[in-house]
Amino acid sequence: MKWVGQPIPRLRDPVLLKGKGRFTADIAVGAMAIRFVRSPVARGTICGIEIPEGAVVFTAADITDIKPLRPILHGRNYVPTDQPILANKRVTYVGEPVAAVIAATQSEAEDIAEQVMLDIDVLDPAIDVDEALKPDAPRVHDQAPGNVLVETSLKTPGFDAVWAKAAQVVEVDIRSRRQNAMPMETRNAHAVFDHSTGRVTLYTSVQNPHPIRTGIADVLGMPETDLRVVAPDVGGGFGQKMALVPEYVFAVWVARKLEASVAWIEDRNENLIASFHSRDQHHTVKAAFDENAKLIALEADLRCNVGAYSNYPITCGVEPLMAMSELPGPYDLREYSVRTRGVTTNTCPMAPYRGVSRPVLTLSMERIMNLAADRFGLDPVEMRRRNLITEFPYKTVTGSLYDAGTYWESLERSAEVLDLKGFRERQKKAREEGRYLGIGFSVFNERSGYGTPTFAARGMEITPGYETVEMAMDPSGYVIARIGASPHGQGLETGLSQIIADELGIEPSRIRIISGDTDATPYGWGTFASRSLVLAGGASKLAAEQMRERLNKIAGHLLQAPPEEIELAGGVARRRGHEGSVEITALARAAHHQSQLFGGGGPGLTTIATYDPAGTFSNACHSAIVEVDIETGHVKIERFLVVEDAGILINPMIVDGQIHGGVVQGIANALFEEIIYDETGNILTGSLMDFIPPTMSEVPTIEIEHLETLTDASITKAKGIGEGGTIGPPAAIINAISDALKPFGVEIFEIPATPPRIRQLIREAAKEKS
Amino acid sequence: MKAPQFAYRAPRSIKEAVTALAESEGMGKILAGGQSLVPTMNFRLARPDMLIDINRISELDFARPENGKLRIGALTRHAAFERPFFEGPLARLLADVVQHIAHVPIRTRGTFTGSLAHADPASEWCLVACTLDAEMVAHSLEGERIIPAAEYFVTTLTTALTENELLVEARLPLLDDSWKHGFCEFNRRAGDFALSMSLVALKIENGRIAEARIGIGGVEDKPVRAPDAEAYLIGKTGEAADRVEAARLASEGIQPMDDMHAPADYRRDLTRAMVRRALERALAR
Repeated sequence: MKWVGQPIPRLRDPVLLKGKGRFTADIAVGAMAIRFVRSPVARGTICGIEIPEGAVVFTAADITDIKPLRPILHGRNYVPTDQPILANKRVTYVGEPVAAVIAATQSEAEDIAEQVMLDIDVLDPAIDVDEALKPDAPRVHDQAPGNVLVETSLKTPGFDAVWAKAAQVVEVDIRSRRQNAMPMETRNAHAVFDHSTGRVTLYTSVQNPHPIRTGIADVLGMPETDLRVVAPDVGGGFGQKMALVPEYVFAVWVARKLEASVAWIEDRNENLIASFHSRDQHHTVKAAFDENAKLIALEADLRCNVGAYSNYPITCGVEPLMAMSELPGPYDLREYSVRTRGVTTNTCPMAPYRGVSRPVLTLSMERIMNLAADRFGLDPVEMRRRNLITEFPYKTVTGSLYDAGTYWESLERSAEVLDLKGFRERQKKAREEGRYLGIGFSVFNERSGYGTPTFAARGMEITPGYETVEMAMDPSGYVIARIGASPHGQGLETGLSQIIADELGIEPSRIRIISGDTDATPYGWGTFASRSLVLAGGASKLAAEQMRERLNKIAGHLLQAPPEEIELAGGVARRRGHEGSVEITALARAAHHQSQLFGGGGPGLTTIATYDPAGTFSNACHSAIVEVDIETGHVKIERFLVVEDAGILINPMIVDGQIHGGVVQGIANALFEEIIYDETGNILTGSLMDFIPPTMSEVPTIEIEHLETLTDASITKAKGIGEGGTIGPPAAIINAISDALKPFGVEIFEIPATPPRIRQLIREAAKEKS
Repeated sequence: MKAPQFAYRAPRSIKEAVTALAESEGMGKILAGGQSLVPTMNFRLARPDMLIDINRISELDFARPENGKLRIGALTRHAAFERPFFEGPLARLLADVVQHIAHVPIRTRGTFTGSLAHADPASEWCLVACTLDAEMVAHSLEGERIIPAAEYFVTTLTTALTENELLVEARLPLLDDSWKHGFCEFNRRAGDFALSMSLVALKIENGRIAEARIGIGGVEDKPVRAPDAEAYLIGKTGEAADRVEAARLASEGIQPMDDMHAPADYRRDLTRAMVRRALERALAR
């Protein structure tokens, strides 16, 4: 039996479901508490900080030996920012750490923090992305006079000539409001000084312990070896936990300074206001079509609010650069003119969030397709049929290479499952009863599972990508695989075990995956960008293949057969076509305890492999049927369908779980979640009451169908699945709402499409009519 | 997210409780279910010097119909109303409304009079009290005071209770079988505070509306009635056109709050829909 393809339950679930997981806060019991005093104003000059008598409080003046965080991107007119660990002379956003209190308990630390008095001379802030681009806008950083930290543009040589031939031009102005990734477990840092070695162990809820260790060691000027970073159980990351933050650096510094055990456990309010935000974007996109409704040219002006500082190590280029390079998505396009900017403001810094810019760029393209369909009198499926890429490999106008996918097939299947024709009849009937139903499609692709060849093109000083797996079979025949990837709830351990089990002919229960500890794992980049199953899975397969060769050699010796005729399956090794077998556990024991017999390769069973591919493109079509209550603006999602293609499904149950979670976050993006700043830069949405993440009650049943395109771009033939769920929902839902509101002529261009926003558009449309 | 320090008292009688309240000199807070108070303290928005926990006062733990009134003691949890425990339209009304209050764990702990004392503008129980003209019974060292709903609600999180008074009981009129009710609220998520809601109680005699009570919550700084709509409905059958007109009158008679979740004109639109739907539900019964 092959393990790959089996929907086996996740190996870690029993532990997590019984509450026996070990998260940073579980480990930090008894540590001294760190409480950060955060800036209450968006922009200002620090005139003084008054500290209560006898309290242990650190400010910028105490930590002059720590370098600021300075992420670097080459080219792209990038302007570096220096982010201080504690605000130095000025504050740049509400929530910025200004001082740090150390006390015996959390409540004492909070009591003291309240008494730290900040004397700040308040200055006018830049908050909104478009306001910040105006010539007279307040300047967030002196070195960036126009508030632009990263900017690049592209125009294909034939653009103007083709544009002039357009039969129709469709324009959209898309506004995506700011989100917070909102992991269930907030951020944290528990730093423990070891008196016997002088080393520090940092337990922290991150996606990438190795790069975090590098970043901290760099700014503290310490050897990386003296810092061990451990990501224990991690309750979600979604990108928010892959950037280095001042709080982690301070925790390590103060543990060394005080030779003590300290802990910062972020509360939800801090997480909402001062952790990373994302997707505060404004796209103005024009699309030219020929008389056959074929997209011939695309012009785009993309503005991304990147907040007050660039993030380490990915930099603030992550959103604007992706928005530019991936905007055309699954559609064939040859002429492109685009300008993209990362705009700094006095708001919380941005980090990538599951899907990064793709939910927004997909919304832009899919709104264009719907508007164009109306213009040409085509139905939305036919409109897309004329424009989706169907021949692979396909080289995009921005230089990406798409491996085979099912862009058209996923849409065709979606229209069939949802019975588009039958729906139109039902929609018509419902309208006669005063009920407004709509259907929306969203076709997209997603670069996934990419290594250094692709990251290098981004120009980051720190180029992530490869993943290494160190594998060992112990004398009892159990396997340990140490991985650089750092799973945090995805069930990666289970998927990797299935891949390894097939190579070695043993059960997944005999395999242990070790991750998230820089002392115990090879240097790697962690888990993000829909990469870990492809990258760590590929490296696991390669390491297991080497292991299999070693086992075959030993088995060949014991069975007196040529190694190439040995087969490993069901826990035993046998010679193909022959009687007699030997247990794999016996091979393991022999390898360690009778090593003199086998020569070559040395004793024991250890292998190591690295995988570093260019990447592959997953794809999907998301579609939604909604009903809009025109009196309240409420949207009910009646059906939500995902037809996706991520190659071979290593574990179908885990894939479905990833899609479910992603779609819920996508629905949140489409209809619910929004971080709201007032004009002074104060955040009005500092609790879950106001940020409005949806609950089970707001989420419909998610229907899923799989297509499986086999690609050589991934040695396991699996493509990345982590982010896709989040990408499709905004476009599918917004197209569906706009379809429902056709009788009013209402078109939606802003997410989240909240009930008051929808109701206002209906009211205005009704006014115009009358 | 840790509360500032406070003193804690757990009195065994109303007398002990109001004595502690007087001793706290206005800096004490009553802890019943704690479902609003405790989070507010953890956010350090409420900073009482003293918490007076009334959960051990057995004389407050009652809920029963008596002399034409439903008497609800201060330890009656929201969940007590989920299944009618007495006969008549009022029990059905309360069982209907309670489903919209937050979530199961909160309903298990939070109390009816705690909601009235907290006086959130979007509290369903405050809307019930306002619509049905409840009486609030307050105790202090000076004795007992009965406050009618019309005088009780002052503004957001503010009632006519003085700092020395403990709300020991609320009394609702038992409705006879000629009464029908309808309730409708709109919120972003199940269990959230409503952005607008309406509770309607209609007395029907010979197929016509003899008395109408229309309450609106979550819209102004306290629950309010819709007197024009109530007067309009008298003598009507409550057919579709009547409901539309009553809803219009109700929505035009309010001064809606304006906040980031619901601009004033949106709340007015919602209110029109909520009143109309509440009327529909009442008349469909």
